[in-house]
Amino acid sequence: MTDVDLRDPGLSEAGYPAERVSLVDLLDRVLAGGVVVTGEITLSIADVDLVVISLRALLTSVSALVEPQPEGD
Amino acid sequence: MSERYLPGGRPPGPPEEGIWSYAITESDRVSAANGAPDLSWLIGVGGAQVRAITCSGLAVLVSDVSLAEFGETALREHLEDLEWLDEVARLHHNVVETAGRLFPLLPVRLATVYSGAAALCAALADHHDELLDALRRVGGRVEWGVKAYAAAEQAEATGGPAAGKPGSGLAYLQRRRDQLAAGREARAAAVSGARAVHAGLAGKAAAAVVRPPQSAQLSKVRLPMLLNAAYLLDASDGTSFTAAVAAEATAHPELRIELTGPWPPYSFAGGDDDGR
Repeated sequence: MTDVDLRDPGLSEAGYPAERVSLVDLLDRVLAGGVVVTGEITLSIADVDLVVISLRALLTSVSALVEPQPEGD
Repeated sequence: MSERYLPGGRPPGPPEEGIWSYAITESDRVSAANGAPDLSWLIGVGGAQVRAITCSGLAVLVSDVSLAEFGETALREHLEDLEWLDEVARLHHNVVETAGRLFPLLPVRLATVYSGAAALCAALADHHDELLDALRRVGGRVEWGVKAYAAAEQAEATGGPAAGKPGSGLAYLQRRRDQLAAGREARAAAVSGARAVHAGLAGKAAAAVVRPPQSAQLSKVRLPMLLNAAYLLDASDGTSFTAAVAAEATAHPELRIELTGPWPPYSFAGGDDDGR
């Protein structure tokens, strides 16, 4: 075990400031990876498609500048 | 806005809460009697402390969340908000990654919210043996990610000498045809290069999975993504695997290769049974 204070989120195990993980790599894993353990009364957005999210999220951020368009689905 | 929460339409009483899940581990790992590490200082999404719920030999790291922000309807809206998603994904990953340094675990997919501990344990009961098998598979191991793009120089290939007089329509057409053929060949070489890289690296890993290509709009990379793979390596193999990736990059100038990691084993938790 390295001599690192785990409560400090700014340090990697080597003791250097941790690089900020890119959002696309992070979302790729937390949205499309990870185990899905479903039950009858579970709420889960586990089946949301990453590509669909990214398109909508980008359209949403741009739409503040233009006339909002009705969604096609 | 959700139709359920229009002014005047709120149900009476305190806001409902759900249980947001981060990771699954063996219950021994979080048992205070067994000298488990204190995780109560970890703050999860929605600002609540992380705690563990134990269900027959397995334990799930969770935190309480308000359903007004993290319930199904609110989640569907929030998942389209990249800023919200950025913050929540990082909070979620911070819990998974921190705990993952302390004991083997299976990351749970983002936005898995249970109505209560009973629902959570019932869901786990259906998958008990698979989860234990998966935990054994990832114990002592970490994930590394490798992405390969067609290198920029392949984007435009030049053709051979033109027939006909320079500047003639025939010369243009032949040059264009040669360019297209060269482009196709370059692309084919990059695709087969990416396959060779994956085969080489998979041979060095305990397990390997190929993930779907990432959204170009999200990554902001215009180059075609030809490989998006994850490799499960023993935790002590980071240096040798990094050297192996460097060797592949040197051997394949037609590709731009990127390495990320170490990650908790998101790609090996057993969540890829849905056809991805």
